[in-house]
Amino acid sequence: MTTDRNNNARRRGLPLIDGIEKVTGRAHYTADLEHADALVGRIFRSPVSHGEILCLDVSKARALDGVIAVVTGADCPHTYGVLPVAMNEHPLARERVRYRGEPVAAVAATDDAIASRALDLIEFEVRELPAYYTSAAARSPDAVLLHANKPGNIEREVHHEFGDVPAGFAAADLVREETISCAELNHAQIEPHACLVDYDPVSGRLTAQSVSQVGYYLHLMLARCLEMDPSRIRVIKPFIGGGFGARVEVLNFEIITALLARAAAGKVLMRLTREENFLTHRARPQTDIRLKLGMRRDGRLTACECEVVQRGGAYAGYGIVTILYAGALLQGIYDIPAIKYDGYRVYANLPPCGAMRGHGSVDSRHAFECLLDRMARELRLDPFTVRRANLLRAPTRTLNDLMVNSCGLEECLDRVEHASRWRERIDRLPSGKGLGMACSHYVSGAAKPIHWTGEPHAVVNLKLDFDGGVTALTGAADIGQGSSTMIAIVVAETLGVSLDRVRVVAGDSAVTPKDNGAYSSRITFMVGNAAIDATRKLKSMLAEAAARKLDARPEDIECAGETFRVESAGQSTLPFIEVVKAALADRGPITVPGSFTCPPEAQGGKHRGGAVGSTMGFSYAAQVVEVSVDEATGSVTVDKAWTALDCGHAINPLAVQGQIEGSVLMGMGQALSEETSYVNGLPMHASLLEYRVPTIAESPPIEVAIVESHDPYGPFGAKEASEGALASFPPALVNAVANAIGIDLRELPATPDRVMEALVERRRELQRAAARRAS
Amino acid sequence: MQPEISQPRKRLLRVKLNGRWREDAVAENQLLSDYLREIARLTGVKIGCDGGECGACTVLIDGAALPSCITLAVRCEGRSVETIEGLASQGRPTRLQRAFHEKLGTQCGFCTPGMIMAAEALLRRNAEPSDAEIRTALSGNLCRCTGYVKIIESVKAAADIAS
Repeated sequence: MTTDRNNNARRRGLPLIDGIEKVTGRAHYTADLEHADALVGRIFRSPVSHGEILCLDVSKARALDGVIAVVTGADCPHTYGVLPVAMNEHPLARERVRYRGEPVAAVAATDDAIASRALDLIEFEVRELPAYYTSAAARSPDAVLLHANKPGNIEREVHHEFGDVPAGFAAADLVREETISCAELNHAQIEPHACLVDYDPVSGRLTAQSVSQVGYYLHLMLARCLEMDPSRIRVIKPFIGGGFGARVEVLNFEIITALLARAAAGKVLMRLTREENFLTHRARPQTDIRLKLGMRRDGRLTACECEVVQRGGAYAGYGIVTILYAGALLQGIYDIPAIKYDGYRVYANLPPCGAMRGHGSVDSRHAFECLLDRMARELRLDPFTVRRANLLRAPTRTLNDLMVNSCGLEECLDRVEHASRWRERIDRLPSGKGLGMACSHYVSGAAKPIHWTGEPHAVVNLKLDFDGGVTALTGAADIGQGSSTMIAIVVAETLGVSLDRVRVVAGDSAVTPKDNGAYSSRITFMVGNAAIDATRKLKSMLAEAAARKLDARPEDIECAGETFRVESAGQSTLPFIEVVKAALADRGPITVPGSFTCPPEAQGGKHRGGAVGSTMGFSYAAQVVEVSVDEATGSVTVDKAWTALDCGHAINPLAVQGQIEGSVLMGMGQALSEETSYVNGLPMHASLLEYRVPTIAESPPIEVAIVESHDPYGPFGAKEASEGALASFPPALVNAVANAIGIDLRELPATPDRVMEALVERRRELQRAAARRAS
Repeated sequence: MQPEISQPRKRLLRVKLNGRWREDAVAENQLLSDYLREIARLTGVKIGCDGGECGACTVLIDGAALPSCITLAVRCEGRSVETIEGLASQGRPTRLQRAFHEKLGTQCGFCTPGMIMAAEALLRRNAEPSDAEIRTALSGNLCRCTGYVKIIESVKAAADIAS
């Protein structure tokens, strides 16, 4: 009976195992942790965009009553960064500042007022250097270099060519080129950054509780920057209020807080303002794309040539990976015989960019899906027909050597075409209304970890003790996406016990095994598989114990509904707890590890940068967006979105739906309203009023279809579900605007002023044409 | 010489907090959100922005949903203030809280207390709100995770059960 109930619940999906804490206010996020005895940390930031530090005098701040510690770049000679090959950033600037808002010094004081006063007492003198706020300015031949070892202010150039590109274009019936630019974005997770660090000078131990998506990276960087033995550091993850990539990289404030805690020999709480969150940044870069596609009359693609320029900000961060993703993920979704990619990641005097949901792939996908639609229109082909003409057939390997093991894109197309009644409604909507569609995909975990240690890519430990409780120990960070719930479901189902029996303990380096964390949508695929592995091992131990008691062979023992029985001999059964007792009698409390590793053949091509984009499983999405465009104001309203996502198998359909809906709305923000901008390096958008995240008022109904292609390697066939649907929203919207008013937008976001400008430009164009005809 | 840091004047605040009267000495310039979080230790009141932008700190003041981060604590003298912690009785979540849990109206959960308090105020004055009324009532509460679909479903589910 329990099993039936579980199965029914499973088909609908299950609420989060930590949901009650969240709806009752009992969930403690970092800023909620007990901090009555903690000092207040505050950061002094550079007031200029680019300059050589001439003088930094903190003596007056240090002398202020109530100031316990002050730290500067002199306290940390080490660089940090997410990529071992590109750590060129100091937690506190040394010698030079490269963007307005870069941390220069920090104080720990007994209260906030004193800390603020101390910041005012810091004396800072710089010799200003020329600053660059656009990729073009930074790349100009006479530009001062932000980093001496990076000529042309280029962090990384990528030149990849696969297949015979000239032959591909020669074989095309239509070749078109388009230039598209996408604004810089911010994650705008609702919980502002915070961390609480405690340093015990007697034991020399440091405990950091922070908002990190990857506690392991934080652990590594704290050890590096504080020159500490990692065994003296403990990193704990409290509840985390969203991430979306903002917190994958270790962030400067985390290291700064640790430096302060050690200097103060105590506990320091650092809470960044929303403005400081925008300065800390690490989100999607401003991107310029020049894309050329070749197409045959039947819609088959013959060649693709793409140049991407990303304005990466002042430091390396994740930049190399972002610029590689932008090219690598041109592949893996359509069958294109020849692809050339040129990518340029540019340094500029702005806050550093980083990973954001759909890392690197979103803007190139936007350009691609827009141009695909425009060419289809020219060839009088339906947008669905063009996508269907170019589908990949799994299993296959792409030109750049990415594994594609399952692909449900065709079914995604069918589902949204049908649900939106595309065929009946396209081109038959009232004036000002339009339909648009697009496709997208994303990796289910980067197949090659950033830190190459030779260890498994994911480990889950299962603990079973006298109480009969099964505890899954994982380093995987649940940041709201429901990864702990996923682990609990996977363990309960594999073991054949009720979900209530499983407890998940996540993100405490003293207790849980190391995990590579919440990035690249890796947790379901990798940690899910590791959880299955651990559970199978535990199950076989229990089966042995049950076999002895039931006088049967272990391989004939099954467990379902918390009852062990001999297969094909239904009469002899044992309750779960009896079997636990028998198993523990032999060996005492059990802890069993499970692991998962992506095999070498999944880890991408041998070409330089070939590991980026590699994954065991791509998710696929197709999306239709319906818009209304007001030609008098240029305002675009989304009336409805239909989204289908192939996530392989939905381990928790409720959570999968939630992830899809969330990524669709984040895509809508990028499409319509979200954009950062700077004036001389000063952010003009550093609040949630000026940075326009969609509110519930303009949120459209989203009809979700879950497509299950049953990936051969995914846990129960599952792939990722959190990122893949985002990238098809902006192009579907822009294509819908074209369908509504006949205008092809070339910039994101499609704000009213941009739409108006395009409308005015078209009017002028028509007037010029009329004048030409008249003369 | 140490520069002076002027101490704000304090006042005795008498407030009915989650159904119980209490008195605290609070600075005249203390924000209600800081009072609730730091003095009353009701950390379900979240701070997501630099003032009045995100709605995560929404509480009920005499039944009206207001952002506590742009309200002075002393303005609540003699009034009733309710936070997310005051909703559940004897550890049992209300229908609205259960609906947010069961329908996945919460993901990361950071906006959730404010969102639920705004919805609670709505349902008290309107037992069967339309989608449009829900959207209007919650339009000051930002959520970055859910796409709002399941938030609307949660509020409707709670209203359905109630009616």
